[in-house]
Amino acid sequence: MPFNAKIKVTLRQSILDVQGKAVEHALKNLGYAAVDSARIGKYIEVNINESDQAEAERICNEICQKLLSNPVMENYTFELEHVN
Amino acid sequence: MAAITAGIVVFPGSNCDHDTEHAVASFDGVRPVMLWHNEHDLRGADLIILPGGFSYGDYLRAGAIARFSPIMHEVIEFARKGHPVLGICNGFQVLLESGLLEGALSRNRDKKFICSSTTIRVENAATVFTNRYQANDVLSIPIAHGDGNYFAPSEVIERLEENNQVVFRYCDSEGSVIAESNPNGSAGNIAGIVNREGNVLGLMPHPERASDPLLGSSDGRMLFESVFDSLAGRQ
Repeated sequence: MPFNAKIKVTLRQSILDVQGKAVEHALKNLGYAAVDSARIGKYIEVNINESDQAEAERICNEICQKLLSNPVMENYTFELEHVN
Repeated sequence: MAAITAGIVVFPGSNCDHDTEHAVASFDGVRPVMLWHNEHDLRGADLIILPGGFSYGDYLRAGAIARFSPIMHEVIEFARKGHPVLGICNGFQVLLESGLLEGALSRNRDKKFICSSTTIRVENAATVFTNRYQANDVLSIPIAHGDGNYFAPSEVIERLEENNQVVFRYCDSEGSVIAESNPNGSAGNIAGIVNREGNVLGLMPHPERASDPLLGSSDGRMLFESVFDSLAGRQ
């Protein structure tokens, strides 16, 4: 049974997220005083034709490190879901 | 003197490839060859240039997908053998993604795409790309980018500084490297760096757009001249 990987790539905290800052300011301008900060990242879905969960995880880590994120400035997390 | 062959890689979305070809072809004894990204043959190139533009539409991250183009396998080999590789703007982004240079380029500090003339200072005039300049020369060279904010972990920056790998910094017209002359938020006003071995240079400014007096500046011309002279000397 294949897996669907839901991958989130975000800028590291130490990197200035200019898009997030612009959104944060816009939300504050809208009157949402409770909004403290906003960060923008990427959401990627990948279907992996692999029945073994450990192997699917390995592939997912590899593609995140190799292509989907740049480890110099980004972090990634993912969730694997069975798809029928 | 045998002709020098300058290989210019064309990715889908490159848009400074022909400007670069034009600049390179204006030198006697230099023959540009355009190398399509799907090729595996550098066709006898003595120098590889990764031009500016928006390879793969900057999808995912600038340079991230171009880095895995078939020809990059050969380009990386070529660089590892010590041959000169020059990455301009998007080409710099590709070099960073490929690991030939250290660090990353993120969104400009002020969120805007910047297209303007800028001044940069030559920090290291001892590389194959800068030997026709003098240290501290101030060059007028345009920039045109949205993701030019150079970043690297502090230990990497320290190493780059120690080894004189910072080749160009954004400066004011007097040559002072100050916060006000930093267009995009780059760490240490860094505009261009070389690898440890000195044969791979990446820079955000466009020397090909400043290689003819008709363009308003020919300050970038000596960058090409430096590397062609170095190659001619080696032949």
